[in-house]
Amino acid sequence: MSGSDIINLITVFALAVFVGIEVISKVPSVLHTPLMSGTNAIHGVILVGSMLVLGNAQGTAQLALGIIAVVFATINVVGGFVVTDRMLEMFKQKPEPKRKSEDAGDHP
Amino acid sequence: MKIDTVLRIVDLFAAICFILALKGLSNPKGARRGNIIGAFGMVVAIGFNFATPGLHRFAIIVAAMVVGTAIGVPIARYVKMTAVPQMVAGFNGVGGGAAALVAMSDFLQSHPHQLAVYQVVEVLFGVIVGSVSFSGSVVAFAKLQELMTGRPITYPGQKVINGAVFAAIIAGGGWACASPHTGVIVGIALLSLAFGAAFVLPIGGADVPVLISLLNSFTGLAVAASGFVLHSVLLVVAGTLVGASGTLLTRMMSKAMGRSLANILFSAFGSVVVATEEPGVEGRMVKSTSVEDVAILLAYSRKVAIVPGYGLAVAQAQHVVRELADLLEARGVDVYYAIHPVAGRMPGHMNVLLAEANVPYDQLLEMEQANAAFSTTDVALVIGANDVVNPAAKSSPGSPIYGMPILNVDEAKNVIFLKRSMRPGFAGIENELMYQDATTLLFGDAKDSLTQLVAAVKNT
Repeated sequence: MSGSDIINLITVFALAVFVGIEVISKVPSVLHTPLMSGTNAIHGVILVGSMLVLGNAQGTAQLALGIIAVVFATINVVGGFVVTDRMLEMFKQKPEPKRKSEDAGDHP
Repeated sequence: MKIDTVLRIVDLFAAICFILALKGLSNPKGARRGNIIGAFGMVVAIGFNFATPGLHRFAIIVAAMVVGTAIGVPIARYVKMTAVPQMVAGFNGVGGGAAALVAMSDFLQSHPHQLAVYQVVEVLFGVIVGSVSFSGSVVAFAKLQELMTGRPITYPGQKVINGAVFAAIIAGGGWACASPHTGVIVGIALLSLAFGAAFVLPIGGADVPVLISLLNSFTGLAVAASGFVLHSVLLVVAGTLVGASGTLLTRMMSKAMGRSLANILFSAFGSVVVATEEPGVEGRMVKSTSVEDVAILLAYSRKVAIVPGYGLAVAQAQHVVRELADLLEARGVDVYYAIHPVAGRMPGHMNVLLAEANVPYDQLLEMEQANAAFSTTDVALVIGANDVVNPAAKSSPGSPIYGMPILNVDEAKNVIFLKRSMRPGFAGIENELMYQDATTLLFGDAKDSLTQLVAAVKNT
């Protein structure tokens, strides 16, 4: 890779740091768990890298490492997104406003 | 258009999807859609990468993906919501492991002696951080799943040994830069695995969720390093996004616990059951009460606070609690849930569990709102929570939880603890609140007690 390539990657890296911080800086604690599991799913993008190393593997050892990497990364991606969705599915808005306004003074 | 150009555009598209996903996840309304956007970007990126020039072994790749899916989906679908923290730890661990393997494989597939020093550093970073994240997550998983004790594991000279292993990793890294060959890289990977496990052992179960968040950001950074190794903009962007946001999230969580990250990682918090300051406290009496008394008290209150803790989740009692709340509401009692940011075993975990039981969102009060409401509350029903309502956090500087923001349950007119036994909480600290005049205890399994309460309230 040429020198300008690595500089490009470092540029992208530096900008991504700020975007990453900015984008979640106001997340309420209510969502910490889904956010953690959602970011967890996103780093499963290592599957793309795992595919490439498996596709280019030579010899049994490299092949084995590649296969493990793809299996691991797939578990990460699929599991991460599915569990996050399952959690968020439950975060519904209030179903119906069933609060009565006449409950002020008439306690038994 | 050349396939290379297409792949770069796909990278950009997926990166944007991931940013939108994170943005969506930071507010309850857009969260689910955000997650789906992220998943969509992921599918597109993976699909197009099959078109990478020179890629072989489609069948094996697809087969490995099928295996991974067959493992991941059932776990994600059917594991109980109470087990989410360890599930996240597990998924994070395999992600970190994959990142380490990718960096190492790329090294094996290159001609080591043609690598520039910075390229070796990229490989090393991916291997070290990925391995630490893998083994650290495995130990964290074991702690949360109770395959091993949740208490901190300490031994003499622990910090020195960990420091020495870390120094050896750095030294090995220097050696690898000078003469990159496979043996050194493998050795470093093994040392990193050992270090990850050793690093997590002294961290107590209550702090493990913060640790998982940290390891999550580690995996992100390992993925970014692998992105440098493979010259993949997508991996660099996605890994860095997770690394940066995960670091911030970790800091927010430790802030919610009122402790510094360093304190969480290095203090072996909760390793000893801390004796309360004044001697003689152990001998004091608590007041216990009966289901009927509690039912009457609740039924004739105006305002009831439910303070759920992990004990509620363990007992799988979130559904019964909602039933009780509904009954009380039907009688005109104002019911709200006071949720501490670290209630449950993971920040925000309790919200997930109560959402699972269809508790309406507007009844869940965050700590500040709840603390404003306690003084006008007749009964605070503390279910399986302990440390998050412990006044020692405010009053005794010697206590390990001193400084943690708590729910000021003691301001309510009556406090009722639903407890299984007099054992102290997760952090192993006595709770002064239980000996106060306004406090009564209802002993028993949270679910049983609540079921009986439901029946008793019906008859009142």
